[in-house]
Amino acid sequence: MKLRLATLALGAVLAAGPALAELVIPDLSYRTGPYAANGIPFSDGYQDYFTLLNERDGGIGGERIRLIECETGYNTEQGVECYESTKGEGTLVYEPLSTGITYQLIPKASADGIPVHTLGYGRTSAKNGAVFRWIFNYPANYWDGASVAIKHILDQEGGDLSDKTIALVYHNSAYGKEPIRTLEELAKKHGYSLTLLPVDHPGQEQKSQWLQIRRERPDYVIMWGWGVMNQVAIQEAVNIRYPMDHFIGIWWSGSENDVKPAGAAADGYKALTFHNLGDDYPLYDDMRKYVLDAGKVAGAGDNLGTALYNRGMYAAMLAAEAIKTAQDMAGTSQITRAQLRDGMENLEITEEKMAALGLPNFGPEFKVTCENHGGNGFAAVSQWDAAAGEFKLITDYMQSDQEVLAPLIEEDSMAYAKQNGIEPGCN
Amino acid sequence: MPDQFLYAIEVMINGLMTGVLYSLVALGFVLIFKASGVFNYAQGVLALFAALTLVGLQRGQVPFAHLINAVFGTEVDHFPWTLPSLIAIILTIGVMILLAVLVERLVLKHLVNQEPIILFMATIGLAYFLEGLGDIMWGSDIKMLDVGLPQGASRWVESNTKWLGGEGFYGFFIDKLDMVATLVAAILVISLTLFSQYSKQGRALRAVADDHQAALSVGISLRFIWVLVWSIAGFVALVAGIMWGTKSGVQFSLSLIALKALPVLMLGGFTSIPGAIVGGLIIGVGEKLFEFTIGGMIGGATENWFAYVLALLFLVFRPQGLFGEKIIERV
Repeated sequence: MKLRLATLALGAVLAAGPALAELVIPDLSYRTGPYAANGIPFSDGYQDYFTLLNERDGGIGGERIRLIECETGYNTEQGVECYESTKGEGTLVYEPLSTGITYQLIPKASADGIPVHTLGYGRTSAKNGAVFRWIFNYPANYWDGASVAIKHILDQEGGDLSDKTIALVYHNSAYGKEPIRTLEELAKKHGYSLTLLPVDHPGQEQKSQWLQIRRERPDYVIMWGWGVMNQVAIQEAVNIRYPMDHFIGIWWSGSENDVKPAGAAADGYKALTFHNLGDDYPLYDDMRKYVLDAGKVAGAGDNLGTALYNRGMYAAMLAAEAIKTAQDMAGTSQITRAQLRDGMENLEITEEKMAALGLPNFGPEFKVTCENHGGNGFAAVSQWDAAAGEFKLITDYMQSDQEVLAPLIEEDSMAYAKQNGIEPGCN
Repeated sequence: MPDQFLYAIEVMINGLMTGVLYSLVALGFVLIFKASGVFNYAQGVLALFAALTLVGLQRGQVPFAHLINAVFGTEVDHFPWTLPSLIAIILTIGVMILLAVLVERLVLKHLVNQEPIILFMATIGLAYFLEGLGDIMWGSDIKMLDVGLPQGASRWVESNTKWLGGEGFYGFFIDKLDMVATLVAAILVISLTLFSQYSKQGRALRAVADDHQAALSVGISLRFIWVLVWSIAGFVALVAGIMWGTKSGVQFSLSLIALKALPVLMLGGFTSIPGAIVGGLIIGVGEKLFEFTIGGMIGGATENWFAYVLALLFLVFRPQGLFGEKIIERV
């Protein structure tokens, strides 16, 4: 009887206690469906980094990391199901990897008190941490991307865009429409004319849009695409012999998957990025030793160094650094979600920190605060080298036009706060 | 001639070419529906599966490599050879025939005399199964497909039509791949028509399409016909997969091309091979011209929904589609 009672008591403690000696990290991945080719390398990078920390360092601050992978299929309903089914496990922070899922999770996670990090996607105005207390989108958001693209074009054109035309080819969805307002505001400031060319999901057929580009010959084309839309757009640009170095994609249109189907003709295509590319970093030595060679990779182990693998790894690195910050601040390794939010709000990524992690100059330096959940809005431009089969950075990290963006973020976030009865503040 | 008029002609020509690509997908649906009354939900996935198999064979990829490695701890990936396109295409046709046999043996055989909706449900299951099987067999990375088809603007057409317009007119844009697709579609339709009209198997196929019971009573094997028609649909899916896969690389969104075939079927009729072609051409031209003339005024991206509006308009006046057979049921 005593034994049974003791077993029951132990079971109850284990079931109720969130303070198990582990850090639970969910990975909302998509390894199946139309977007699997992009979801797999991101998820591999995300998981492999945490596996490396477990295998090499014994976790973070002495606490091992427990990963829970949940397949969303890049489907919003499935993504919400994943959130609901995993949050009871004591999950610390969500990286939904989908703007659609993010929009659904914003009110839920805010009510549940669970931090959500959306790395270069999601709701841009979540940068205003005084309104979106649990949502973070550092180091850069879509509006930063649009602004940096225009900055790059300004550099190319000697600072004058007054007689230039720029076309935006975009996925006809909430995601694709994100940069329109910014590009319109920047058009007022710099005097270029903007043509909007929406492409319906999934984007397999874009003849009309590219015939229009062939007719009107805009000076630059900016693309906000995802999945097959990217490959088809790049192929169509090749078909009409559009100059590839005047074709700039957002970071979600800048993976090897997007350019390879067009072959050598895609050479010169440009894409934005907020992290570095390739695998020439000391951290990769450890990644190979502790994860790849040890047979502990999340996937097939063939994505190391690709743009999306690096992005997943970077997301995991930022999460791990926020956890370390939170552990230091709280004075305990077993942190709660609220403590992690504090850690995220005090996250500072410096060159020294990245170098110490084995990722020197891997991304921009930035600092997060309660009011600013989006970092400093730095991004760079990369260019596809078809012969070498890799994207290479061709600019330094540039800061987006804060003069234009800050009022837009304020306006949008305050409208959200009003609609949802949120009293903005950092207390 | 005014440039705007020339641009409209260019859009129309490209609409026709795009329509042919839609028709290639629609043809597979028509073949199976005609012979068995089944709306094959898996047709788009068949195109994906065929294209995946073709690229896998071309590249000498070991099927199920990831699974084999996970179970046996091996590191197999590729065979030490690659295959020429023609051999890979022939082998893929073999795989599609084998798939047809398996579909008949494992699924259709057990559903004889069931309601069409049951068969439709079975094809939904088949679609998801094939998608998963394709993933496990060949992986889900985006694969380049190169069977030697030309791609890009035809410079000959451009330079020989440039004189038609003013200085800003660059000549007509016609994609060489679309030209090849048109030629292939024409050969396919002629071959399929000749096959169904003049071959023994083709006549049997038409007999089954007309009346299952009557066909059975004169000794036609329904099971053989199903294998035959699924094999042909698999071949048509391979052709569609090659054309679409060459444009965008072979990836899992390829199965979504089926969405483009639906308005074509509604318009052309579910039972007519020429209907699939004419339907594709009308949808292709209609959606492109609408986007060109009206699209810009209402925010663009009209093609997807306009194709269905066009199909619905035709349905109102001809519910069986332009070329579909009128169904008269006597009570």
